[in-house]
Amino acid sequence: MSDIDPITLAVLAGRMEQIADEMDATLFRSAFNPIIAEAHDASHGLYHATTGDTLVQGKSGLPIFVGVMSFAVRAVIDKVAETGEPQNGDIWIFNDAHLGGTHLNDMRLVRPYFHEGKLFCWLASVGHWHDLGGGAPGNYNPAARDAFQEAFVLPPVRLSRAGEIDRGIIDILMRNTRLPQSAEGDLNGQLGALDLGVRRMDELLSEYGGDTVAAALEALSDRADTLMRAELTALPDGRWEAEDFLDNDGITDTPLPIRVALEISGDRMVLDFAGSAPRCEGPVNIALPTAVATAYVAIKHIFPALPANAGVMRAIDVRIPEGSLLAAEFPAPVGGYTETILRMIDVIFCAASQAAPDRVVANAYGTINALSLAGRRSDGRPWVMFSFYGGGHGASVESDGLNHGNAPISTATIPPMEILEAAYPVMFRQWALRPDSAGAGRHRGGLGAIYEIEVLEENGAEVFLFGERGRFAPKGVAGGGEAAVNAFFYETPEGWQTPAMVSKMRGLTLRQGQAVRLETPGGGGYGSASARAAADVARDVARGVLGAEAADRAYGTAWREART
Amino acid sequence: MSGKVTIGVDVGGTFTDVFVLDEGAGTARVAKVPTTRPDQSGGFLDGIGREVADLSQVSAVIHGTTAGTNALLERKGARIGIITTQGLRDVLEMRRRDRPRTWGLRGDFDPVVPRERRIEVPERTLACGTIRVPVDVEAVRRAGRQLLEDGCAAVAVLFANAYANPENEVRAVEALRALWPNPHVSASSEILPEIREFERFSTTALNAYLQPEVSGYLKRLEDALRSGGFGSEFMIVQSNGGVMDVATACARPVRTALSGPAAGVIAAGFIAAEAGFPDIITGDMGGTSFDVSLIAGGRSMLAPETSIDFGMVVRTPMIEITTIGAGGGSIAWVDGGGLLNIGPESAGSTPGPVAYGQGNTRPTVTDANVVLGRIDPDNPIGGKLDRLDVEAAGAAIDAHVGAPLGLSTTQAAEAILRVANSRMAGAIRLVSIERGFDPKRFAFMPFGGGGALHTGAMLADVGIGRAIVPRYPGVTSAMGCVIADMRQDFVQTLNVLAGDLDAGRLTDFLHDHLDRGMAMLDAAATRFEARDTVFELDMAYVGQTHTVAVPIPVRVTDGRAEAPDAATIARAFDDTYRAAYGRLLPKGTRRVMNLRSAVIGRRPKFDLGTLAPAAGTLAAALRRHRQVHFGDAWHETAIYDRLALPVGAEIAGPAILEQPDTTVLVDPGLVARVDRFGNTIIERRNGDGA
Repeated sequence: MSDIDPITLAVLAGRMEQIADEMDATLFRSAFNPIIAEAHDASHGLYHATTGDTLVQGKSGLPIFVGVMSFAVRAVIDKVAETGEPQNGDIWIFNDAHLGGTHLNDMRLVRPYFHEGKLFCWLASVGHWHDLGGGAPGNYNPAARDAFQEAFVLPPVRLSRAGEIDRGIIDILMRNTRLPQSAEGDLNGQLGALDLGVRRMDELLSEYGGDTVAAALEALSDRADTLMRAELTALPDGRWEAEDFLDNDGITDTPLPIRVALEISGDRMVLDFAGSAPRCEGPVNIALPTAVATAYVAIKHIFPALPANAGVMRAIDVRIPEGSLLAAEFPAPVGGYTETILRMIDVIFCAASQAAPDRVVANAYGTINALSLAGRRSDGRPWVMFSFYGGGHGASVESDGLNHGNAPISTATIPPMEILEAAYPVMFRQWALRPDSAGAGRHRGGLGAIYEIEVLEENGAEVFLFGERGRFAPKGVAGGGEAAVNAFFYETPEGWQTPAMVSKMRGLTLRQGQAVRLETPGGGGYGSASARAAADVARDVARGVLGAEAADRAYGTAWREART
Repeated sequence: MSGKVTIGVDVGGTFTDVFVLDEGAGTARVAKVPTTRPDQSGGFLDGIGREVADLSQVSAVIHGTTAGTNALLERKGARIGIITTQGLRDVLEMRRRDRPRTWGLRGDFDPVVPRERRIEVPERTLACGTIRVPVDVEAVRRAGRQLLEDGCAAVAVLFANAYANPENEVRAVEALRALWPNPHVSASSEILPEIREFERFSTTALNAYLQPEVSGYLKRLEDALRSGGFGSEFMIVQSNGGVMDVATACARPVRTALSGPAAGVIAAGFIAAEAGFPDIITGDMGGTSFDVSLIAGGRSMLAPETSIDFGMVVRTPMIEITTIGAGGGSIAWVDGGGLLNIGPESAGSTPGPVAYGQGNTRPTVTDANVVLGRIDPDNPIGGKLDRLDVEAAGAAIDAHVGAPLGLSTTQAAEAILRVANSRMAGAIRLVSIERGFDPKRFAFMPFGGGGALHTGAMLADVGIGRAIVPRYPGVTSAMGCVIADMRQDFVQTLNVLAGDLDAGRLTDFLHDHLDRGMAMLDAAATRFEARDTVFELDMAYVGQTHTVAVPIPVRVTDGRAEAPDAATIARAFDDTYRAAYGRLLPKGTRRVMNLRSAVIGRRPKFDLGTLAPAAGTLAAALRRHRQVHFGDAWHETAIYDRLALPVGAEIAGPAILEQPDTTVLVDPGLVARVDRFGNTIIERRNGDGA
């Protein structure tokens, strides 16, 4: 145990969080591609010298990275063990998702930090690069059956040896991307962020001394562990199960179960995903690090005050079955990892809500709906409009769910309609809330959205959709109802049609004047619908977000008396 | 000008500050009166009345107001409706698909206009400006009548792509103005002709939401001033740090969203520049927050937009102010893991710190300062209370911090300040580093009531070389009102490849902005020392969404503007982009997104020497000694009457300089010096500024 005084600890906690935040800020400012600069699809932190455990992580990066980065560091620690001791000024680089989690767009840089000649901790930077070769620009290839079809795969290699950058590695990377300027700009930004981290750590350690800072890091992990155990102790002991399904893997139209058993005993929790589907052919597999990190994201949403370090997970045993799609081995395709981890979060919420209904929100819309329209303009120039679309959040004990929010694993905003219309030959006929999409309950879920997009270009357009929740609706908790499922339609001379794979589609051709229509799920409800205030039901009907008959079905007719 | 005075009035949450400048006589006076609620005009007029008997002798009244901010935060604006494009009724409610907090997934959002008062009409303009569906004017009239019957006091017209071609909006507002009983009809293309529908619609709707309230308030003030004999100009500070005439403020109240704080930053920049410090970081410590702003080379940073609250986006240029929840009223608490935290919960000014004796029992930052003797319990600021309750403050610190951490009262109080200071220092580091500035080359300028208590900590924690405490830190915003320039900002989305930019079209927009800006300056009764224009293009490479603001050279002669040629614009972009990102994209295609223009009338500054102290001696300024706790010991500490200190006085810490609304703490090891304007410069004792 450390004997650091509590005040110094509080000050150091803030200082170290700030180092990670400053690394985030440095990359956001200097990155070339908007996925990092605007959507903040990046993350930085400090990691344990021997275990790679997360010590401190920035607050502004993407939530899913908070848990996944320690795997990247561990992969480098393992690699270093094969090749000898790390030296000051070394930097490793890789994007292999099976070692580092998430997907191949995420380029990870890991750098040992030395204090007085000894390895003190690791610094790491991850950022989503625009393109790394593979079968589709931007690497979201729904037809990929292995990693090679998704992107160029780089295992951990030493980019910098004792401060000397190996230009050859940069040359290899730049030869394997469609956007070398963007990639090199992002790489420079990440190197800059690591440099800044080293400078700030030097300042901090010269001010407080290595022993004090090391003691603080240990104390902060212990404290996170204590906090987590205190939270778990306050919950009842027991075992709760939940299951849900992915629509399909995009190749074979078979539902894929995701199952969890959540067990609490005393101050420990087990999350066991036994019974989840085996590895599948299409890109909804995920790598083991992604699965473990996802458990962390779900836990932190349930207990938002917990700090972002590995101490939180000491009391939690995450069991991922071998051979399942949650631990798919190289070279299984993992490009659609977002859909699978959203479903993992949903089942964790459903199981946890049985233990602690007030602590857990109902399921959010549960799919990122990656929709792309692409074609050629009359002058031959190609265009690709690629975006993710929003849906409703789950209701909570406090309030109705948020209408049209972003996915729980992300904090990215949607581009404005006018920016899309200015950049691409499309017109949104509708950009609206989706009536009757919310799960009923004492508090209803947030509303999903309707986007109807018409092609203006005379050459028409090709459409591809990577979505989920087309067959299995987001669930309510504490007795709350299900939301509406995801619905996708495309216009033909015979009227509106739906795709065979329901939430996934590729190679669809639209003519000028035809449209696609995406109706996204809402969020699940919280509590029994019979407990909802009649005035709230009447208000939703008056506002046109709940049909009168749907209201009668879900809530009975009492609301009709509450109309003002 | 002789005999005429200029008055700046800043209405804050707790106090209304009045700054009266009599340049002829070379004097300035300040007054502080309680802010009146809900109608702030009472305190406003009371404050002026205390200092000026004859309003006909006033040459200008300039007002920094929180009326708009409060109406937004408290959702006390008018009942309004909107009329919008078919299919887009919910844009205001859908926002940009964000959420209130990263973790927890809780919270919902109600826009200021509920769905039943958002009416769609047939109309559609495409991104290229082509009108695909002409507006159905009869449907607009029907919608307008429906909203009137529903009791709406203002209406906004929000049409897709109106930035590219405002024709449908123009026809709609014409029809509405013919039937609407008041002037509160606005179109998004009038308020913000800029691409991005949510930001434009939100800004326009919030403007409509504020119009009845704010214009009513300003009208009451103006009428009261006029009936008191006031015959000159009444002006309002905007969020961009410039002033506008009252008619513009009534039509564009959304521009006052950060009026008061912006005025404070303007004054801070002026004072620091006069004192020889062009690079400063300001820190305004209030009851619930610590607001930080950065001025580099005498220029404050402008942000393009802000969120007043979740989902309430206002997009108008505004002085960039970063806020953290560490104010005097922020509550100190120990969490389940044994870590001491400050805020974000705050006791604010009501009930306020425990020492105020108004019912709060949880210790605050101010309570720690009281317990350590840094605030004089017998002379509370503002004069509302007779004496601060030191014992209650100590008991609260014992119970909530001392006992759980095993610390004595003074240790616990020091701990609270250390953690609070560390958070404040963190905010300073982040605002400077995020923009690539090294905080060490900046001076720190505290203002507001509490900032000057924490100066030493900022020097120690951030490594800043020196602090400069203005002579009247408690009325900085009111002083800023008096010196702020008149300024109008304009924006117009162009959205073309740089190579396709039509020089004639650019010149037309330049002239439109220039003519409207100059017309406002011409109409002003105020004297301007100079008129300036600033023109920028928001540009990026095709494929990027992040634009950089590229200053372009525009020659203005005899009211005629000459647009730069394409090669000049390309060079200007390259220079700006290289400075921001280090390197260019060799094969990138440049795109021009927006034209931004500012027309500025430079108002005369006054000689800060006016505020300088009269003759005096150090000995005469010494009031008494008091025990004050620093580090781990009580120190016998000299207490000075700050305003009685002569120019050139040097005081080694520990010392406290008191004035009616502020306490300046000089920590052991620091030395305070009074400069020729009466500012206090605080540095390390060995004179080492680095």
